[in-house]
Amino acid sequence: MAAHLKKRVYEEFSKVVQQQQLEDFPAKRLRLTKPSKSAALHIDLCKATNSTDALQYLVQFARKPVEAESVEGVVRILLEFYYKETDSSVRLKIASLLGVLSKTHGFSPDCIVDDVINTLNNEKSHQVLAQLLDTLLVIGVQLPESQTIRVRLVEVACRHLTDTSFGVRNKCLQLMGFLGTVEKQSSKEMECLPVQDVQKIIGDHFSDQDPRVRTAAIKAMLQLHERGMKLQQNIYSQACKLLTDDYEQVRSAAVQLVWVLSQLYPESIVPIPSSNEEIRLVDDAFGKICHMVNDGSWVVRVQAAKLLGSMQQVSVHFLEQTLDKKLMSDLRRKRTAHERAKELYSSGEFSSGRKWADDAPKEKIDTGAVNLIDSGACGAFVHGLEDEMFEVRIAAVEAVCTLAQASASFAEKCLDFLVDMFNDEIEEVRLQSIHVLRQISKQITLREDQLDTVLAVLEDSSRDIREALHELLCYTNVSTKECIQLALVELLKNLSKYPTDRNSVWKCLKFLGSRHPTLVLPLVPELLSTHPFFDTPEPDMDDPAYIAVLVLVFNAAKSCPTMSALFSDHTFRHYAYLRDSLSHLVPPLRLPGRKLTCVSDLESVASSEESSQQFLQQSLERVYIIQHLEAQGTLELLDFTIRDLKRLGELQPELAGASDFSATYLHCQLLLMKGLQEKLWNISAPLYVKQNAMASAVVQQILEETYKLEFLYSGLENRQVAIIHHVRLQAKALQLVLSARTSRGVEPLLNICEKFLQDVDAFQRCFSTELPHFQESFVEKLLELMPRLVTCNPMDLVKILQTTLRQSGFLHLKLPEQIHKATATIIEPTGESDNPLRFTSGLVVALDIDATLDHVQDPQSSVKVQVVYPDGHAHTIRPKPTDFRNPGPGRHRLITQVYLSHSAWTEPCQIDVQLHLAYNSSKCQINSPKSAWNDSTEVLQATENCIEGSIPLSKPVKVYIMPKPARR
Amino acid sequence: MPFSSSTGAGQDVGRSCILVSIGGKNVMLDCGMHMGFNDDRRFPDFSYITQNGRLTEFLDCVIVSHFHLDHCGALPYMSEMVGYDGPIYMTHPTKAICPILLEDFRKITVDKKGETNFFTSQMIKDCMKKVTAVNLHQTVQVDDELEIKAYYAGHVLGAAMFQIKVGAESVVYTGDYNMTPDRHLGAAWIDKCRPDIVISESTYATTIRDSKRCRERDFLKKVHETVERGGKVLIPVFALGRAQELCILLETFWERMNLKAPIYFSTGLTEKANHYYKLFITWTNQKIRKTFVQRNMFEFKHIKPFDRSYTDNPGPMVVFATPGMLHAGQSLQIFKKWAGNDKNMVILPGYCVQGTVGYKILNGQRKLEMEGRNTLEVKMQVEYMSFSAHADAKGIMQLIRMAEPRNVLLVHGEAKKMEFLKQKIEQEFSVNCYMPANGETTTITTNPNIPVDISLSLLKRESVPGALPDPKKPRIMHGTLIMKDNSLRLVSSEQALKELGLVEHHLRFTCRVHIQDPHSEQDTLNKIYSHLKTVLKDSSIQHLPDGTLMVESILIKVSTASEDPSTKILLVSWTYQVQDLRRILLKCIIQSHLAEIS
Repeated sequence: MAAHLKKRVYEEFSKVVQQQQLEDFPAKRLRLTKPSKSAALHIDLCKATNSTDALQYLVQFARKPVEAESVEGVVRILLEFYYKETDSSVRLKIASLLGVLSKTHGFSPDCIVDDVINTLNNEKSHQVLAQLLDTLLVIGVQLPESQTIRVRLVEVACRHLTDTSFGVRNKCLQLMGFLGTVEKQSSKEMECLPVQDVQKIIGDHFSDQDPRVRTAAIKAMLQLHERGMKLQQNIYSQACKLLTDDYEQVRSAAVQLVWVLSQLYPESIVPIPSSNEEIRLVDDAFGKICHMVNDGSWVVRVQAAKLLGSMQQVSVHFLEQTLDKKLMSDLRRKRTAHERAKELYSSGEFSSGRKWADDAPKEKIDTGAVNLIDSGACGAFVHGLEDEMFEVRIAAVEAVCTLAQASASFAEKCLDFLVDMFNDEIEEVRLQSIHVLRQISKQITLREDQLDTVLAVLEDSSRDIREALHELLCYTNVSTKECIQLALVELLKNLSKYPTDRNSVWKCLKFLGSRHPTLVLPLVPELLSTHPFFDTPEPDMDDPAYIAVLVLVFNAAKSCPTMSALFSDHTFRHYAYLRDSLSHLVPPLRLPGRKLTCVSDLESVASSEESSQQFLQQSLERVYIIQHLEAQGTLELLDFTIRDLKRLGELQPELAGASDFSATYLHCQLLLMKGLQEKLWNISAPLYVKQNAMASAVVQQILEETYKLEFLYSGLENRQVAIIHHVRLQAKALQLVLSARTSRGVEPLLNICEKFLQDVDAFQRCFSTELPHFQESFVEKLLELMPRLVTCNPMDLVKILQTTLRQSGFLHLKLPEQIHKATATIIEPTGESDNPLRFTSGLVVALDIDATLDHVQDPQSSVKVQVVYPDGHAHTIRPKPTDFRNPGPGRHRLITQVYLSHSAWTEPCQIDVQLHLAYNSSKCQINSPKSAWNDSTEVLQATENCIEGSIPLSKPVKVYIMPKPARR
Repeated sequence: MPFSSSTGAGQDVGRSCILVSIGGKNVMLDCGMHMGFNDDRRFPDFSYITQNGRLTEFLDCVIVSHFHLDHCGALPYMSEMVGYDGPIYMTHPTKAICPILLEDFRKITVDKKGETNFFTSQMIKDCMKKVTAVNLHQTVQVDDELEIKAYYAGHVLGAAMFQIKVGAESVVYTGDYNMTPDRHLGAAWIDKCRPDIVISESTYATTIRDSKRCRERDFLKKVHETVERGGKVLIPVFALGRAQELCILLETFWERMNLKAPIYFSTGLTEKANHYYKLFITWTNQKIRKTFVQRNMFEFKHIKPFDRSYTDNPGPMVVFATPGMLHAGQSLQIFKKWAGNDKNMVILPGYCVQGTVGYKILNGQRKLEMEGRNTLEVKMQVEYMSFSAHADAKGIMQLIRMAEPRNVLLVHGEAKKMEFLKQKIEQEFSVNCYMPANGETTTITTNPNIPVDISLSLLKRESVPGALPDPKKPRIMHGTLIMKDNSLRLVSSEQALKELGLVEHHLRFTCRVHIQDPHSEQDTLNKIYSHLKTVLKDSSIQHLPDGTLMVESILIKVSTASEDPSTKILLVSWTYQVQDLRRILLKCIIQSHLAEIS
């Protein structure tokens, strides 16, 4: 909601809407043929003897869709019946049906507006009136173009505003919110109609006696705002008054309204009541919303806390007050624990004060100066973060985060509070505050005592918390070498307590080392336990703790060349070993006495990346010289280029996506060439059974590769997708030609030909904007011949295709800026275990799976786990959406359990577990227009039918299992 | 016109007992005892209420806010020894836990100190039989007019604030409450009930407390560090209230951090009380309420009952032991054994009275003299942590803001501190604030609403829905007020006449207005007619055939003065109902006429 409102706020209001000159009001058309639908309804309604029956018929009728053509007829019958009906519940149902009907796709409801308005005049029942207004609202929303109807409907709503029933007034206000005029119209038609000042009318209902109507009025006002109407500033004071309303829904809506106004008029000046000072409106609103953080209703508190986060223009003075709560004890000022900790730290004596009464109150304060209920922003976040409901606390944490990202000084101040939240009783809050701290950690440096509190959480038994904390430590800046030591000690403790955190801890230390080389330097002798005179025993190379220390040291040494002088002999040996085995954690180092194989300083790294980029471009350009698919030496050139690109991808992880993508594309081309080789096609039909098999295998492979190209890479533009589809089209053409040669008779071909032509057509529709780039290509030629193709018989089509295929040129692939390949790694199970997982056959065993996913778009719906049993039987499991976590941009983590079961085996055996990416080939095609009547289930089924297959995403992992026969 | 008087807890902590008279009903709020005295002064002075005659005749009900002895300690004394048979109200948890505490208190006083003339176990039982338990937000009708309603107050399990209502007058009594939630209880909450008076505790009238998170973190860190060092931690507590808070705190911490060191809790009273904590899950905070389906947080996994022999066990441990000020009992015994080791630690989570061991060590005394001339050297670390569950000054203000009372009365606090808060309340909310001393009576005048029944037809007729209904603006309506049989009714005058069997009299006024007009009578009349037509658009104006004008029910006739033909005399006749219209009408005529002449 807030984001949406905000979007509106920043949108320009000077937008000019071109108003179409309305043609003559369409005359009502007479229908001679009565559609079957309405006829059936008519008969049903006539049959109904009493209102209960009629209601039943209507309810049944509502379940089925109505075609657009027959809607008007149905509406007429309903209206006719409406006037006759005395029972208000039937009229109510009819009114609601009118609304539903007018939503029918392809039906323009302007012809029934008058009828519905007429029905309003004679209606007595308040409920039916409300429903009729609702119907009008639906109709009005359906007709965004027609200004006259809108003005009329608003006028109707104004008339009914004096109704005694709250429901009617509610609907009127809602209608005005949705349809109230945004711009003052001056066209000729408008002048005869009195243009109502919708805002004023709605504003008048802020003081309605019914809280529901007050809420509706505020909501209508917000709706106006959302539609781009600029709200007037004078409703600000009214909105502020509503903040003290007795009813929570009114307060909740009023908070939003105050917020909207504060974003619209941040700089205007408002007076402070009971004094003659003035402040900026946004500050005033901020203070008021802060006040709502102490509201009696938690719904309002959540709302207020959320909105606070998006008030960026607030002055720093007010912002910092939100974290300030003046403490006192017996009327003496007291320092907060935070202040004490800071003081202790700055005085150099860090030993968590063990004196009693070190929080003894200091100076006496002036009783007159203490303001207990602060009208301002004082302590809003202090209260919000201590709230009873965790929803409020989470909202407050998020608000603090967004505000801190905008203001560095606020970030500094809120640090203590966020660190305190690490001890919250509810895990979600703890996790959220860790994430938040990570987001603002670039702007801050942790003090030692704060780091201490942060590190204490490392012992948490929840894996999520620990990993979030590792992530946080990766980005944290610390100030002293003691901090580094403290962090290392705690991380090692964490490692010994939870050995599964190994990778995460190592990664954390890698960043910690590379961020603080100068702080690590003085610690090196101690860390590596070297001694100036004595040789110390060589540590065990397999000890994860030792590896952790080495990771820290080596990463620090990367930008601190003097450090290597402190290493002992075995450290160099260990370096060589680790550089090989854990190359992602240990950077290349310039070590004395060793031949430098890798360039280490940043400049050369950058230049090497540049040169590989160049290399990539050059090799692609070299390939593009190939004009014809049959040129001599083409195959070799392609072969070499593909090999080069693959190697490049391995060497330069930044370019892996681009090079893999182009390699795969070239591979497709290569295959296509092989399939089209001259020799193959010259042999007469019955002789080439073997070649035929080869060619169809090629086709199959190309199709698979194109699906990989399309769905495995993110960052593709429409143009690349078009090229991929083009390759696929070529493959399909080849397939068609092949099947034409093998099959006898024309009959089986007809179907395939038709399908192919449909594909060509779809291609043309989807990528019409890209067609200019496809000059000289297969598809261009095909489209030229299209009129002929549609009419000719299959054999001719095959002939045309065959020649076009062979004549068509080679399309140049232009690489997009950013292209990433989706990959996944299964961390757990490791596949190394020799102990089979034993379980009783027929029962279920849960297998824990922990995997990281990179650059997978929307993994919740696409990533599946596939389990292949030794008998080749495969089983696909879809993980729950909540099993996916999102630790950073472009990265996901899947921690889930899959349930296995099998009948008894005699021996333990290995099963394959693999992650798959499910794709849906119809994704890019235009969605068929949805009818308003369609149930959502049908749509769902339709999409599920289109899923064509899945691409393996990770290497399979072997798991040793043993289902035992059940003992009886 | 409620007045309240306190027989205890006026500017004083301990012995809460407040009498409220509201709308002719007398209600006693809390019936506490003073822990500091051992003579008659420990109980409220009930003779203040009634010199002779039983309390039952004077009091309509007794309300107990929570189970602390300074709020319920004198209950058996009052009901059984002084004599009271009326209803006593308290919440379910209070009713369950209160007798345990009373029994414990009785045991110490009678069995240990050997006092006589004290209430017996049977008396406690009899007293509890008179108690009616209430639920939160349940409105209980004590009798036809008096109703009470309980609100959540935090503080301890089952603590409640009570709204007492007679007719349109109401009082809110807060008892002790806490506005910041803690690990096992939520925050106090009340709706905008706008009572005539809020009677609020004010223990921390001059304090604004730091965030509870720092305190908790410090506490946990200290315990954790000591345990990691292999030291033992002693936490002297009183059996109920804060003890459970600390237990939950440590239990969740142990769970989170996967710690293995044992935590012990001295058995007896606490075990019984913990049982009730397990039962009354709905009275705890959001976290415990939400997770109890998986696991009841009060079913401690890490906290086990303590046995005396464990004291000498090696290795780290944490022990909760009673009593809280280290003046006697198990906590003192353990303290003596552990005090010599500097690895150990004692954490005092609350206030210590002067003269107790707790007070001495908190003030830095390192050598204690024990009985029998022994001295005990204290090497263990001594820590102090405040875990109080009372609202601080900000909390009190917040509650007042939530309830929006017309008056505030402060009790249960020290006079000097209350003075400050009183001044603040008057300044911020501009309501009257009182702080009576013990035995003092405060009287507050109220403006009670008097409900009047109005007939629907009259209401509909009079409140014609205008363009904009404004609820705040008073409206004038015509009708007749009938006061009969103790009821007030507003009916239309016709109906009133019919009901009372009276004949309607009509009253007509006439007046003459002289105006200068040379035209003929008919012309003048026409002129007035057309003028009125333009001015009074809403009223019906008729020109009657007999040469008169009829505006609604006002008749206007024009005649020429006999002495001067240019002076016309307007004869105006009207009934008293249309006074207003007549005034406007005459003004119009005269103004227009004068304008014409000039």
